[in-house]
Amino acid sequence: MFLINCPFCGEREQSEFKAGGEAHIVRPKQPTELSDDEWAEYLFMRKNIKGVQFERWNHIHGCRKWFNMVRDTSNDQIKAVYKMGEKPPVK
Amino acid sequence: MKNKYSIFSLIKNAFSYHENWEKAWKDPEPKKEYEAIIVGGGGHGLATAYYLAKKHNIKNIAVVEKGWIGGGNTGRNTTIIRSNYLWDASAGLYDHALKIWEGLSQELNYNVMFSQRGVMNLAHNLQDVRDLKRRTHANRLNGIDAVYLNTEEVKKFCPIINTSQDIRYPVLGGTLQRRAGTARHDAVAWGYARGADEMGVDIIQNCEVKGIKRNGDTVEGIETTKGFIKTKKIGVVAAGHSSVIANMAGLKLPLESKPLQALVSEPVKPVIDTVVMSNAVHAYVSQSDKGELVIGAGTDDYVSYSQKGSHDIVEGTLNAILELYPIFSRMRMLRQWGGIVDICPDASPIISKTSIKGLYFNCGWGTGGFKATPGSGDLFAHTIANDEPHKLNAAFNINRFVSGDLVDEHGAAAVAH
Repeated sequence: MFLINCPFCGEREQSEFKAGGEAHIVRPKQPTELSDDEWAEYLFMRKNIKGVQFERWNHIHGCRKWFNMVRDTSNDQIKAVYKMGEKPPVK
Repeated sequence: MKNKYSIFSLIKNAFSYHENWEKAWKDPEPKKEYEAIIVGGGGHGLATAYYLAKKHNIKNIAVVEKGWIGGGNTGRNTTIIRSNYLWDASAGLYDHALKIWEGLSQELNYNVMFSQRGVMNLAHNLQDVRDLKRRTHANRLNGIDAVYLNTEEVKKFCPIINTSQDIRYPVLGGTLQRRAGTARHDAVAWGYARGADEMGVDIIQNCEVKGIKRNGDTVEGIETTKGFIKTKKIGVVAAGHSSVIANMAGLKLPLESKPLQALVSEPVKPVIDTVVMSNAVHAYVSQSDKGELVIGAGTDDYVSYSQKGSHDIVEGTLNAILELYPIFSRMRMLRQWGGIVDICPDASPIISKTSIKGLYFNCGWGTGGFKATPGSGDLFAHTIANDEPHKLNAAFNINRFVSGDLVDEHGAAAVAH
């Protein structure tokens, strides 16, 4: 259990949120051009990092908006929270 | 086996106050080179080494483990064993394991306390009833024992279940696999470790893999905290940390690692002599030989390697447990813990070669790997020794995520993943 600082609502319990997986996976611009390997990469392959990871979260029991988070998956510490479309504030 | 455990060895050692038992496995330093190295000293990894040595005549093997053997998910699961999976490929895989379980204590000369006390899966709505009946038929077609029970039969088989039709998720029926059950998880790791050690396998603990050395598309060895070890074949069985090892080799896997929690109660007298699982409300319970209730919760939905998990998951599970078993309402919980499980998009495992020659992965078991331990080790050993999968694990190759030929057991298996 940890607290998440929703960029729209402020600090709330993590149980109000839904994790949406790895962030910044770009949807293919020309889906019809993709090979099977490229589809597999887009759909299934994940970095699944132990350490600092960029992810998407949704405040489903609050404002229901999506946002991004930088979190250390080895100890669940949140490094930063930022809105969709914004550049990540930390590397 | 030179130190066979028996009533006679027990009596013999009683005369010396049990102070002269030989160590079940040695604690060697790594050699410079091995024919094959298994990364991960859990049940699956140790079983892989055991079957490589036993059935494929590869004796020069090391198992490297960053902590102590059986200290990861092998010692953290709820020890449930069953094979009532829906799809043919899964049924073949898990029933192969179940058949090995049935003779495992004798084979290893080590009591893994395999107890075929039955596993019952409950239905709480009409769709559950249809799904469970369909699965029962599919199981029977695959030669796996399965029966469908109505509410009265569920109550008869496990009298402490609340079968009132007035609760939020009433019990409408269930399935029963009588050959299913539980085993002592630590004993599985120890039994395989002892058996493998006996055949010359080096079990190297406190040895963390730091890198995988490649020459082009071929592996050359592993960098570890105990130095470089040369080898031509690496079998990775690192469970939640599979992606970490894959990243060292420049590979990406279709996995997400998430916390899965379990808890045990204070020990009480025998009250439940089977395993009961509920897919819809996600709660399952059995009783250990010590008398503790062993309760399994669901996974958290975020990636984490912290072996903790969130409180609301446990709360949700206990709500369901209390509604189904009002008798447990005053039970105190003794311990709670989390393990990190690696989940595939189709909730089926990967037992496969990779695009790198000599690098093999056995991962993606998600929330249900313990039951498959003997079969997984056997099939992974076959895959490593022959550089080709066995027919039972051919469907579980890594290329299924490219071809689209998935083994989609999400929700189709007996419990939600």
